[in-house]
Amino acid sequence: MKKIVIGLSFLVTLVIIGIWGFAQDNADLPKGVGPIETLELTELDPALAETGKVTFEQFCSACHKIEERYIGPALLGVTERRAPEWIMNMILNPDVMIQEDDTAYELFAEYLTPMANQHVSEEQARSILEYFRSNDAQ
Amino acid sequence: MKKRLGLLGFVLALVAIVAITVQAQKTENRLASNAAEQVYVAPGEYDKFYGFFSGGFNGQISVVGLPSGRTLRTIPVFSQWAENGYGYSEETKPMLMTSQGFVPWDDSHHPELSQTDGALDGRWLFINGNNTPRIARIDLKTFETHDIIEIPNAGGNHSSPFTTMNSEYVVAGTRFSVPIPQKDMSIADYKSNFKGTLSFIKVNPDDGDLSIAFQILMPGFDYDLAHCGKGPSHGWCFFTAYNTEEAHSLLEVNASQNDKDFVAAINWKIAEQCVTDGKAETVAANYADNHMDDATGIAVSEMRDSVTLLDPANCEGLAYFLPTPKSPHGVDVDPTGEYIVPGGKLSATLAIHSFSKMLKAIEAKDFTGDSYGIPILNFDNILAGQVEKACLGPLHNEFDTKGFVYTSCFLSSEIIKWNLKNFEVVDRVPTFYSIGHLMIPGGDTMKPYDTFVVALNKITKDRYLPTGPELVQSAQLYDISGDKMQMLSDFPTMGEPHYAQAIPAELVTENQLRIYPLESNQHPYATKKEADVKVEREGSDVHVYMTAIRSHFAPDNIEGVKLGDTVYFHVTNLEQDWDIPHGFATYGMNEANLLIMPGQTLTVKWTPKEVGVFPFYCTDFCSALHQEMQGYIRVSPADSDIALSWNLGQ
Repeated sequence: MKKIVIGLSFLVTLVIIGIWGFAQDNADLPKGVGPIETLELTELDPALAETGKVTFEQFCSACHKIEERYIGPALLGVTERRAPEWIMNMILNPDVMIQEDDTAYELFAEYLTPMANQHVSEEQARSILEYFRSNDAQ
Repeated sequence: MKKRLGLLGFVLALVAIVAITVQAQKTENRLASNAAEQVYVAPGEYDKFYGFFSGGFNGQISVVGLPSGRTLRTIPVFSQWAENGYGYSEETKPMLMTSQGFVPWDDSHHPELSQTDGALDGRWLFINGNNTPRIARIDLKTFETHDIIEIPNAGGNHSSPFTTMNSEYVVAGTRFSVPIPQKDMSIADYKSNFKGTLSFIKVNPDDGDLSIAFQILMPGFDYDLAHCGKGPSHGWCFFTAYNTEEAHSLLEVNASQNDKDFVAAINWKIAEQCVTDGKAETVAANYADNHMDDATGIAVSEMRDSVTLLDPANCEGLAYFLPTPKSPHGVDVDPTGEYIVPGGKLSATLAIHSFSKMLKAIEAKDFTGDSYGIPILNFDNILAGQVEKACLGPLHNEFDTKGFVYTSCFLSSEIIKWNLKNFEVVDRVPTFYSIGHLMIPGGDTMKPYDTFVVALNKITKDRYLPTGPELVQSAQLYDISGDKMQMLSDFPTMGEPHYAQAIPAELVTENQLRIYPLESNQHPYATKKEADVKVEREGSDVHVYMTAIRSHFAPDNIEGVKLGDTVYFHVTNLEQDWDIPHGFATYGMNEANLLIMPGQTLTVKWTPKEVGVFPFYCTDFCSALHQEMQGYIRVSPADSDIALSWNLGQ
C-alpha cells in the first residue's frame, strides 16, 4: 500500500509538472536582447503577413529561404523554436544578440556569416514576424 | 697643493655642468611629455577637430584628425581614385568631364568650409582645381564630391574658392591671365591684351549646387589669393594681384620690379546691381557643370555655352586697387572685418589696410591714379599700421579671438604672432621647413577657435625616415592657447597640402550618413532584391543586374557573353548596415575596382579580350566567408550561339 501511495504521488507529481511545463512552454523561451521586451500576440493578421512577405523579400531573402538552409537557417517553424520577442530582437539588434544571447552565438558559430543588421524599423520587423507566423500556421 | 685645488675646481665644475645638463633634460622631457598629452587621443576616443588638407598635386583632400594628426580618409575630388573606383565607375566618370574632355587629374590648393553668419556651419567643403580651372563641392554628410564646375575665361584657378560670410558665393580668380576669349596671338603682345577674370560662383543655399553668377574682367595681372569681407566689410572681396608689371617671361625677375603691387577690392553687391541693371555682357563660353544626382547616385555632366561678363569700366564703384608691398601672396580679413592683411612676400614689412579708411578714401575719391581705368587708392591714407621687420617672406595670415595675427614666413621658416593693437610681434617659432600656409580652426572666419595653429611646410628634408628621393610633406602643430606658441607634434601629409581648414568634430558628426537607404535608391540599374537579378543583352552591350551581400554575388555564374561584347556590371550592395561595403573586380578590367557602399549601386565596364572563363570577386574583406565571395563569367567566341544564362547556387 505504501508503495502504491508513493507510486501514485510520484505519478501525480509528474503529471502536474508536465501540465505546468506545457503551459509554460512558450513563455519559457528566451526573449533575447534588444528593444522588444514583451509582445502580446493576437490572432494572425493576413494583411500584415503580406506586408511582411514583401519586406522579407527585399531585406532578408538574399540570405534566408523559408524551407531550406541558405546563407542563414531555414525559417519554417521559427515561431515554434523561438519566442516572438527573440525573433524581432534578432532582426533589430543582431550585433548585440550575437554577443550576448547564447542561441544567437551558437547560430553564428554554425553559419559563420553574421546575421546582417538591415536596419528595418520595428514596424517592418513586426510584419516579418507575422509572415513567419503565417508560414508556420499552414 | 695648487694642482690639487685646480683638480678639485675642475671636478666641481664638471659636476655642476652635468647637474645643469640633467636638469635641462628633465625640463625638456617634462615639456615633451606635456606636449604628448595634448595631442594624444586614447584608443577608442575621437579627435576634437576634423582637418581638411588639400592634396596639392594629387588633386584630392586628406581628412586628418586633430590634434592627433592621424589621417582618417582621402576624399577623391579632381583625380581618379583607384581605391573606391572614383572616376573609373560609370557613375563618377561624368564628374571629371571638362571642356577639354575627361581630365582625371588636377592640382588642388585651398579647402574652404561653408559658413553661416561668418562661422563654420559644417555643411560643405569647397576646393579649387588650379590647372584646368574648376571648383568642387564636397558634401560633409557623405564626404563625397557632389559638384564640380569648370571656370571658363581663366588660366590657373588659384585665388579660389574663398567664401563670403554666408557662402552666398565662393570666388575664383585667375593666376595666369590669358587672351579672353582665347585666340591665336603672339605671347610678346601680352601687355594690355591678356586679361584676368574674377568669378563669383553662386552656391545654392538649399542644396549647395554651384553656378557661375558673373565674371569680372580685370587687367592681365596674376590674381594669387583672396578673402571676402565679414561684418562691416561683408559685400566686398579682396584679391591679391602680383605681376602688375604684366611680364610674360622670366617672372621671377620681371614680375618683381614694382615696389608695390595691388590688392583688388571688389564690391560684389554693386556687381550684382550692375548685372541686374543690364550693364554686363553675355558672352560665349564653353564649360562643364557637373553634379551628382542624389536619387540615382549618377553624376551628370552638362556643357554650358555662355557666361555673364562684367567690365569695371561699365560699373562704377565695382573695383579699386589698394597699393600693397611687394608681390603679395595671401590677403586675409580679421574676425572683426576691419583689417585687410596682405602677405607681401618680397617685403619684410607687413602693411595692413583699414577697411573703414578704404571706404572714406573711396568716398573722398582719394586716388593716386588708375590702372586700366580702375582707381588706385592712396596707400598712406588707407594704412591701418605696419609691422616693421616682421619676418622674411610673409605669405599668409590666420587669426585668433584675442586680436592676434599669426603669419607664416616662408623665407625665415617661422610663424610670427603679432597684435592688431600696436602692430608688434609678440612671439615667433621656427617651422621645419619653409612654411607655406598656416591654419587655425576657423582662423579665417568671424569665430576662430583658439586652440592650435598648423604649419603646412613646403620642404621636409630630415623630418621623417627617408623614403628615397621623394618625401611626403611635413606639418607641425603648435599650441596657441597661452602667451607663447609651443610646438606639440609633427606629422606627415599627403600630396602637397597648400592650405587646410579645420572644424569642431561635432559640427560634422551630427549629420553623418551611415548607409544609403535601399528604398531611396533610384539608380536605373539597381537590383533591390535577389529575386530580381538578371542579365540582359542590348546589341553587343550586356547588362548584369547583380547584388552583393555577405558573402555572395547574385548571380555568380554567367554564360552567353561573346567576344566583342561590352559587359556592364551594375552591382547593388543589399546591406543596410554601417561600414559593410562590398568590392567588385573581374579579370583584365581596364578600370579600377568598385567599392560599393550599403544600399548603393555602382557600375563598371568590362571588355573581354579573349575567350575563356574569368573569375570575379569581392575586393573588400566583408566576413569570414569573404574568400568565398567569388564567381565566374564565361566568354565564348563571337559567332557562338550560347544563350545568356545566369544562376546562383545551382
